[in-house]
Amino acid sequence: MGGELVLEMKNISKQFPGVLALDGVNLQLRAGEVHTLLGENGAGKSTLIKILSGAHKKDSGEILIDGELVEINGPKHSMKLGISVIYQEFNLNPYFSIAENIFLGKEFVNKFGIINWKDTHAQARKIIDRVGLKRSTSTKIKDLSVGEKQLLEIAKALSLDSRIIIFDEPTATLSAKDVETLFDLIEKLKKENKSIIYISHRMEEIKRIGDKCTVLRDGKYIDTVDAKTTDREQLIRLIAGRKIDESVKKTPSNPGNVVLEVESLKAEEKVEDASFFVREGEILGFSGLVGSGRTEAMKAIVGCMKKIDGEVKLNGKKVSYKSPCNAMKDGIVYLSEDRKKEGLVLCMNVKQNISLTNLKEIISKMAFSTKKEVKLAKKYVGDLKIKCSSENVQVKNLSGGNQQKVIIAKALFSKAKVLIFDEPTRGIDVGAKDEIYDLLVALANEGYAIIMISSDLPEVLKISNRVVVMREGKVSAVLENENLKQEEVLHYAMGV
Amino acid sequence: MGKFAKILRNYGMYIGFGIIILFFSLSSEYFLDVYNLMNILVQSSLIAIIAVGQTFVILTGGIDLSVGSVVALSSVGTGLMLVAGVPIWLSIILGVLIGMGAGLVNGATVAFGKVPAFIVTLGMMSIARGAALALNNGKPVSGLPLEFERIASEEFFGIPIFAIYMIAIYLVGFFILYKTRLGRHTFAIGGNREATKLSGINVPKNEMMTYMISGILAGLGGVLLTARLNYATPISGNSYELDTIAAVVIGGTSLAGGEGGLIGTLIGALLLGTLRNGLTLLNVVSYYQQIIIGSVIVLAVFYDRLKAKNK
Repeated sequence: MGGELVLEMKNISKQFPGVLALDGVNLQLRAGEVHTLLGENGAGKSTLIKILSGAHKKDSGEILIDGELVEINGPKHSMKLGISVIYQEFNLNPYFSIAENIFLGKEFVNKFGIINWKDTHAQARKIIDRVGLKRSTSTKIKDLSVGEKQLLEIAKALSLDSRIIIFDEPTATLSAKDVETLFDLIEKLKKENKSIIYISHRMEEIKRIGDKCTVLRDGKYIDTVDAKTTDREQLIRLIAGRKIDESVKKTPSNPGNVVLEVESLKAEEKVEDASFFVREGEILGFSGLVGSGRTEAMKAIVGCMKKIDGEVKLNGKKVSYKSPCNAMKDGIVYLSEDRKKEGLVLCMNVKQNISLTNLKEIISKMAFSTKKEVKLAKKYVGDLKIKCSSENVQVKNLSGGNQQKVIIAKALFSKAKVLIFDEPTRGIDVGAKDEIYDLLVALANEGYAIIMISSDLPEVLKISNRVVVMREGKVSAVLENENLKQEEVLHYAMGV
Repeated sequence: MGKFAKILRNYGMYIGFGIIILFFSLSSEYFLDVYNLMNILVQSSLIAIIAVGQTFVILTGGIDLSVGSVVALSSVGTGLMLVAGVPIWLSIILGVLIGMGAGLVNGATVAFGKVPAFIVTLGMMSIARGAALALNNGKPVSGLPLEFERIASEEFFGIPIFAIYMIAIYLVGFFILYKTRLGRHTFAIGGNREATKLSGINVPKNEMMTYMISGILAGLGGVLLTARLNYATPISGNSYELDTIAAVVIGGTSLAGGEGGLIGTLIGALLLGTLRNGLTLLNVVSYYQQIIIGSVIVLAVFYDRLKAKNK
């Protein structure tokens, strides 16, 4: 592809509290090019996109558009520069019509401020014809399919004369037919000399529509390669990076009896068929792409989501939980991937968060004993090396790693024996990650049964005894972690 | 941030209260009179007591709009029982139970039925008011036993018994809110419902309990009001829901739940009572009083927002 350079990002860095999300990333985008962005979850793709869209400000580095230095200072500015992002979650008002959505905020009005619906619909028609959306412009958004909504988003981007269109995993929720429509449209956009940044996990798509491919890993720029000529194995190697060195593996030493057994689990959302078991003293890694149904499977087990079919056995006995509080009574606890939304009560302090799972323990006679609570908090703060100036600090002031430790403390205090961690190291810096690994392994060695959902393959291979791989709601493989390669897990996860 | 700004941020509500007291004591010679101060206590106490329940509910992120009507229902119910010759102690208990029943229905519908608290308690506001009117065909109940009135008129060492009730209720409220599981769960639910659920806590049960507390205190409020007036009327307790909500938010409890507490509510209720009393002493017509009080409520919450933003 020999189009002129449209966008150039040089040496972009972005620091979040506790994590360096981007560390000197480069990107060159040419006119009429589809540039795919690859990397594991947390590699920095989203952050990079958000800097382009004006949602985040970069800390350092340069952005050039048409060779001119720009400082993107907000979403509006980004749009004005000709950048549009099609997110997975659409920015559409479900109760408005297609036309109303397209012209939201820029309605056609006459001099009295009254909306001219005739022009609005006529213009909207022209705009959605460009993307081949065959619907009346007065159709409400809630009546559109996911694919149609996406077409509409693209149409909106075109109506703004965007030259750079960014797709964030556009096919994740599309049917096969909608995917074809999308790809045809992307080809058409290319011919119109638009530039496209395309994020996806699906190898076959990248090969099919991509021209260039930039790989990020842990916030760092790895390489830019030709998408058509580079083979799949090489791409996977670039994504995964470091070969796992056998000597750094530190899996729990002696798994015992099976504690929790799940058979043909089917849940309300996303989970089609999941069977697996976990033993005491074992870490069971749960791998798979985001959206493969791992979180949902766990939530269905503890009663956060509706189980439709299948069997869950605890110590050989059939169990079924209506809510997490019942599961916790039996010693199964799920620790959410979203620390802030589902893990902690941010406005409470460290000791209050820890004691929340088992307040009975700190009651003497009728009332709370502050002494007991402080003692208990101090014990966990010490045991887990939680860094905080005192147990009275609000948890929102702690770093990600320390917040995660507070969550672990909560789980331990609940006296659960089966701990289900969902992305326990997400958004945590490297040093703190190692501490969490050591902690999980130590807990397993003490006899806890641990399930760890993680999208970070090296970490799964580092501390799991076995690895369950999920794809599209089904368990696609259960692998012993011996001589297991990242490539093999990725094959099962991506279905290639 | 300067030292002064810091003090203003942390103690703004107290400083504001102080300024109001200072203003009234300078502009009216009667204001600081012991008799008048006791009067303020008595006038504020009913709202202060009911606001304890409102605080629990608001801390979970809910709201109870029905308290005023429940006061009327419990009042008329208690009055009718007394006139019918039910023993005083039993009438009091049953009056409180009427309130608890309303709270139970509110709480169960909100917590288990997942209907928004605003709607549920708005409905109960109408239902309880209607029931209060229906019980005695809209007429007041009078001719209550003199003995009953004594529960409102006694004094201990010059302190009116209403003030003592208020202090007692606050002590119990403090105990529940800060020393028991229910209290901790109340904060946790409002702070982060999902995290609380995943911490193995029965969220609906605890949520329902807060509405029951609110109902119990509204019921008690109805009984006390009846004793003080020595008759019961179905139009009593009017706008108590707004006064109690005002006391809670002036006291710094967030309507979103999770943050706040009872000390603030007590101060908020006293501040409202002081404002009413002082303005009356200054002969401010009640129409203007409403305008001033409304402005104070909005100012207090506005100030709270500023505080949150500066954090």
